[in-house]
Amino acid sequence: MNGNDSPGLPVTRIQASRGWVSLKLAEVWEFRELLYFLIWRDVKVRYKQTLVGAGWAIIQPVFTMAVFSIFFGRLAKMPSDGIPYPVFSLAALVPWTFFANALTQAANSLATNANLVTKVYFPRLIIPTAGVLAGLFDLAISFVVLVGLMGYYGIFPKVQMLAFPLFIGLAVVAAMGVGLWMAAVNVEYRDVRYALPFVVQFWMFATPIAYSSTLVPPEWRTLYAVNPMVGVIEGIRWSLLGTGSVSWGMLAVSCLVALGLLISGAFYFRRMEKDFADRI
Amino acid sequence: MSDVAIRVENLGKRFRIGASQPRYRTLRDTLMDSLKKPFQSVQRRFSGSPFSAGTPEETEFWALRDLSFDVQQGEVIGIIGRNGAGKSTLLKILSRITEPTSGLVEIHGRVGSLLEVGTGFHPELTGRENIFLNGAILGMRRKEVQSKFDEIVAFAEVEKFLDTPVRHYSSGMYTRLAFAVAAHLEPEVLLVDEVLAVGDASFQRKCLNKMDDVGKQGRTVFFVSHNMPSITRLCQRVLMLDQGRLANDGPAHKVAAAYLASGIGTTARREWPDSLRAPGNEVARLLSVTIRTEVGEVCDAADIRRPVGLEMEFRVLKPGYVLVPNFHVLNDEGTYVFCVNDHDPEWRRRPRPEGIFTSTAWIPGNYLAEGGLIVGAAVSTLDPVIVHFYEKDAVSFQVIDQTDGETARGDYAGPFPGVVRPLLPWTTTFRPHLVSTTQESKSLAGS
Repeated sequence: MNGNDSPGLPVTRIQASRGWVSLKLAEVWEFRELLYFLIWRDVKVRYKQTLVGAGWAIIQPVFTMAVFSIFFGRLAKMPSDGIPYPVFSLAALVPWTFFANALTQAANSLATNANLVTKVYFPRLIIPTAGVLAGLFDLAISFVVLVGLMGYYGIFPKVQMLAFPLFIGLAVVAAMGVGLWMAAVNVEYRDVRYALPFVVQFWMFATPIAYSSTLVPPEWRTLYAVNPMVGVIEGIRWSLLGTGSVSWGMLAVSCLVALGLLISGAFYFRRMEKDFADRI
Repeated sequence: MSDVAIRVENLGKRFRIGASQPRYRTLRDTLMDSLKKPFQSVQRRFSGSPFSAGTPEETEFWALRDLSFDVQQGEVIGIIGRNGAGKSTLLKILSRITEPTSGLVEIHGRVGSLLEVGTGFHPELTGRENIFLNGAILGMRRKEVQSKFDEIVAFAEVEKFLDTPVRHYSSGMYTRLAFAVAAHLEPEVLLVDEVLAVGDASFQRKCLNKMDDVGKQGRTVFFVSHNMPSITRLCQRVLMLDQGRLANDGPAHKVAAAYLASGIGTTARREWPDSLRAPGNEVARLLSVTIRTEVGEVCDAADIRRPVGLEMEFRVLKPGYVLVPNFHVLNDEGTYVFCVNDHDPEWRRRPRPEGIFTSTAWIPGNYLAEGGLIVGAAVSTLDPVIVHFYEKDAVSFQVIDQTDGETARGDYAGPFPGVVRPLLPWTTTFRPHLVSTTQESKSLAGS
């Protein structure tokens, strides 16, 4: 290292910030390796510590599917857009499980990483982001099961399956958006921790997982799509199973709401960030 | 001509007490708080000042106030001051972990901060994995870690256990590995907090040497410690903080000497008149800690031959707890000399009523070595373990050896090592000189 490069040294200015602050996405990009390592750590530790390891990614959606198939499919005879009920529900449960876990991880991420937040500086946005993205690994595993089940029932996706990643992207945006809000609020009000499981459960029934959104009267569907997971689930059913009642209008509403949540969540998170280390 | 590495201007940090103690909160408290909170914040908004509606537990205090100083590039600078003087807060602001309330800091160059050894280490991951993870957390690029990987492993002396999860490591190995990663960080400005208080002596020395190297490479080091010998050895310049303000700034040995002499460093008695800021919880709060002579005088310099009393006065606010007062004594090199639990038969295993207790532990004469001693006072409950308070360096005092021949030194006046200096009973046997014995041994040797 040479000492004569001092004019080129980066200058950090530290002072009190007030109100809304910039997202500093360039800095997040600079710390992308840390993001990568945190995701890697989350995934690795989860599978090292548990007995069944990657099995957990499958158990949760598959067992829920089994229960749903018995009660809603067999006993209640829920309409399933002409698709065998197990496939119909698993196609929704796979992305839903991702969303629910990602949201929970993100919301609790600051608390679980308190040792980092109080001891090292890095853009805090990385923490909930890592929480959400680590869930993609589980999603990939459970997706394989879904493909297997589709094969078993002889359902093969058409060309619209290419849109599948886009809907996963929408689920990531939605989970990030809500997760950022929850994570920031969680630091100040610890209730989030207790309220979250309830919120997630409630949300699940407000999302067409056990049922089809065709049950919702057409004139209400656009409003229904304010829940961004409606767009995600119906979009995924359309892209993989070729059914569903998703319209461009619903999709647009879901996308807008998800994006709105993400942007507002990120700004709110940044605004609250200055207190994190003192409050955790 | 040198350039400024750190510029601090009128720095201030205000804390709200109460908000910073969420540990004792219950779910009900949380729920009640969340019900009250929206109304409180509305109230605040209308009453102008954010704190005017503050409840008693929401008092504010300034951990740092009007702090200004410059650090030149390549300077190795030490920060001293008793607990609560604002050292850690300053370091946290410089490392951007927390924001200042007022003022400005400007840092020129990449900053590496080491507030804890092994931040982000995960017990389930192997040594190898943790090196990369920890490197990333400290702001190193993967390539940087890769290029220094062998050096890090060699420094930590953990070659054989690289692929073992660190939860199987001994605490020494763990610390060595953690420090090794951090020591290979190459920022222009390095902020270090007391991390050297861990590890065995030889490893501490190794760390100090490494830091010395860092300083010699022209990088700026900002070093917070209680360990006076390492401060004076490493740093050219020392800043002394007292109650959040800059109390002294100058050459290391001068400031360190002033610190020890000023009474900030060696207070033989400390009181906490403000019960809100006193160490403690809802069960017990500390009132004062005092070093006393046999006759009850406050004593900041004890004769090595005389007993010394460590006294703590505390208030029990909630009855029904079995309380064990305990003292922790460290010497000025940071070595734990001893800790001791109260075993006064009258209060042992007996729940205490509300009221004020004064507990004194007597250190016998001719027990401690000469030098500075730092005393921490705590009150705990043992089953289940609750530490009601632990004030780490509550008071300190000097032990003085007069060197008049009546102590363990005898008539030797030079440096006399040892953590304790007991005056041991010596026995001597003597056999008078006998000619016959000498002849015998001579003949034995000759044969």
